[in-house]
Amino acid sequence: MKAPVANDVVITGIGLVSSLGEGADANWKALTNFAGPVLERERFAPYTVHPLPEVDWSQQIAKRDQRQMEAWQRIGTYAAGLALEDAGIKDDEALCASMDMIVAAGGGERDTAVDTMILNRIADGVPDREVLINEVLTTELRPTLFLAQLSNLLAGNISIVHKVTGSSRTFMGEEGAGISALQTTIARIRSGQSTHALVGGAYNAEHPDMLLGYELGHHLHRDAWMPVWQRDRCEGGGVITGSGGVFLVLESRARAERRGVPVYALLGNVAADQGPLDATKTHHRLSQMADEADIGSVDVIISAASGSHARTSAERSFLSDNLTDIPFRGISTATGHLRDAQFPLAVAVAALALRHGSTPAPFDPEIERPAERAPTSVGVIALGYNAGEGMVRVSRAEGDGS
Amino acid sequence: MSGFTDQAGRPVIAITGSGVVSSLGNGKKDNWARLTNGESGIHAIKRFPSDHLRTTMAGTVDFMTPVDAGSTALTFALAEAAAVEAIAESGFKIGDFGGPLFLAAPPVELEWWQRLDLDGDGGENGVNEPGYERILHAARNRAHEEFFRSAQFATIGSKLRERLGTRGLPITLSTACASGATAIQLGVEAIRRGETERVIAVATDGSVTAEALVRFSLLSALSTQNEAPEKASKPFSKDRDGFVMAEGAAAFVMESLESARARGATVLGILEGCGECADDFHRTRSKPDGSPAIAAVRAALDDAGVSTDDIDYVNAHGTSTPENDKMEYLSLSAVFGEKMKSVPISSNKSMIGHTLTAAGAIEAVFSLMTIRSGTLPPTINHVTPDPAIELDVVPNTKRDATVNRVLSNSFGFGGQNTCLVIAAEPA
Repeated sequence: MKAPVANDVVITGIGLVSSLGEGADANWKALTNFAGPVLERERFAPYTVHPLPEVDWSQQIAKRDQRQMEAWQRIGTYAAGLALEDAGIKDDEALCASMDMIVAAGGGERDTAVDTMILNRIADGVPDREVLINEVLTTELRPTLFLAQLSNLLAGNISIVHKVTGSSRTFMGEEGAGISALQTTIARIRSGQSTHALVGGAYNAEHPDMLLGYELGHHLHRDAWMPVWQRDRCEGGGVITGSGGVFLVLESRARAERRGVPVYALLGNVAADQGPLDATKTHHRLSQMADEADIGSVDVIISAASGSHARTSAERSFLSDNLTDIPFRGISTATGHLRDAQFPLAVAVAALALRHGSTPAPFDPEIERPAERAPTSVGVIALGYNAGEGMVRVSRAEGDGS
Repeated sequence: MSGFTDQAGRPVIAITGSGVVSSLGNGKKDNWARLTNGESGIHAIKRFPSDHLRTTMAGTVDFMTPVDAGSTALTFALAEAAAVEAIAESGFKIGDFGGPLFLAAPPVELEWWQRLDLDGDGGENGVNEPGYERILHAARNRAHEEFFRSAQFATIGSKLRERLGTRGLPITLSTACASGATAIQLGVEAIRRGETERVIAVATDGSVTAEALVRFSLLSALSTQNEAPEKASKPFSKDRDGFVMAEGAAAFVMESLESARARGATVLGILEGCGECADDFHRTRSKPDGSPAIAAVRAALDDAGVSTDDIDYVNAHGTSTPENDKMEYLSLSAVFGEKMKSVPISSNKSMIGHTLTAAGAIEAVFSLMTIRSGTLPPTINHVTPDPAIELDVVPNTKRDATVNRVLSNSFGFGGQNTCLVIAAEPA
């Protein structure tokens, strides 16, 4: 165990919304008593999604601001508020004004009614499709919808609603966005470029255009629901998505101690990479990253696996070849795949396991093994369903009194 | 402090390669000749019909990819051209660059021709009702790998990574109209942390589509002076009425000065400082007192360890919207005081339009070229100055000047404010 260092990076706040519930505590309870996922099977059949739970948005977002957002931004802004509250920063104007922020984001929701109107009119026959599209978009699009779609406007809304204004950066690129967001935030704090930061993302799975993004590459699971490790013999590509949002407050150990707030966990550096997807090269990269992130001897692995057949099987082989005796948990079994927010989600669950000193019972008892001891270190692994890989070691922050 | 570290003891960041594409041309040579000559790249849109659109002009780049290639293909081609120019200049190997990639790229989504193609496919496969169900049906019945890739946010970064031989997981980012500056800033920070000796920062935008024009028009952000497209972008003029969308890309190769010297590279300039501050006032408007933009300018000067006295020229964000130009003037006046009246400031956007995601990087490249050439590019179309904006905007004609240090501003929707300080190579 290394001695505590002032610039150690610690987690002091978690904001979490998933199909399992609202708030870190509710999610932790649901994970430790996991009896099966919450699913929406009908609305998007043949696709299953993990839907958003009942959320009272007004707890974090004023009505006038809610009206400016669609679901994706609302989920994220809400989760960000929970994280700030959890870290005891929410009402500290000075801390929010000097707080850095990196949000992992894709794009927002399209107006399906307008799109469907265009498709119908074109199917009926028009002299010039492009002219018709111009006409309908000009007359039918809501003026402010664009702002609910722009990638950097989740961060923009967090600035407006929660007054986080030290800096605002938005990273894009599916799971890789979440991996890089944490990697950069941790590196900045450790090097002294930043003292405290908000990092995370959100995803609204309940939209046909979001499903389409995966299905063009045949990534979606289309059979009856199965745990994330057991989808390779089923219809479809293996990914089951979930709605949710995850934000973390990270800060230097020195600042957390000065503020006298409880610390969830200590973060190592994120190892991240990308490259050819063939089994041998992927395995080689994962081995190198595991060394770099120092997760060879952790007590448990929280996996962000998407279920995507080839990638999830590559991860299984890596786990069984390289981390043979370490129990693992595939978080997507419980929550679905949160795309940009998936890596932050897995890190949040790792931090909760350390805070509570326990590893949830297997989500998939056929594949996952019970953990034998209380965790003092957790490895997080993410393989993007299409590209991008990341790992990080999360461990008990000695001397935090928690 | 040695020559290789700055006032804060951090590695000095050398710029050793740069590249640019805009509606004025491909490459620095053509761009600089036409930019300093005051030529406009704005024209009536020919790539797609503009019927029903309130704005029918843009600074599209029509010479890189076929008309039907789509936004993702164009956005990549622009990025590739700028990055290759920058790496070639730096002397590093294209295909084996060996440092991380920071990429500012526009958000992606399926385009209309792709949606129509899918919907038609679904119709032929027996789904009667047009709409998302039919599109999803088509998607699962036949592989659409190209469509899939074009709608993944990581695609352009992945392709660039392969083409250039960058290291690690590429970072793709958006801070709206400040994105290009943020990509550079992320690269600077990585070198300062000692994670790498070199980085490439690329910013690209090939996203002028009918839908994008409609979206910005609905926010009343675009100029509607369609009669004379080349005259529509008129930053700091009284009759300015919005920005003109445009396309382009730019790239910087940056490395520690120590590494640049050790390998005998030509140092083009120094990236001295970056500053940012988010605005919490409104999704599209700035705080009326300009405090976030003021804070970003001050943060950049502080980061560079310089004062307003050291700034010889400002490369303005200067979008030609009523709001931006007024706020930019207000913010600069607050930081520079009375002196701001005599610091030359010009807007490249008067000629190339607003290249959105790419703007911060394109303007950083032009800032560097301003220093190296001793020529201030003009603000064209400056016929009716705004009496409320007392600035030396280098009106209409380029000017010779000795410039050792430039402040380059980038401000964007969503409260994004990022400023860069670029300086000449130390003697």
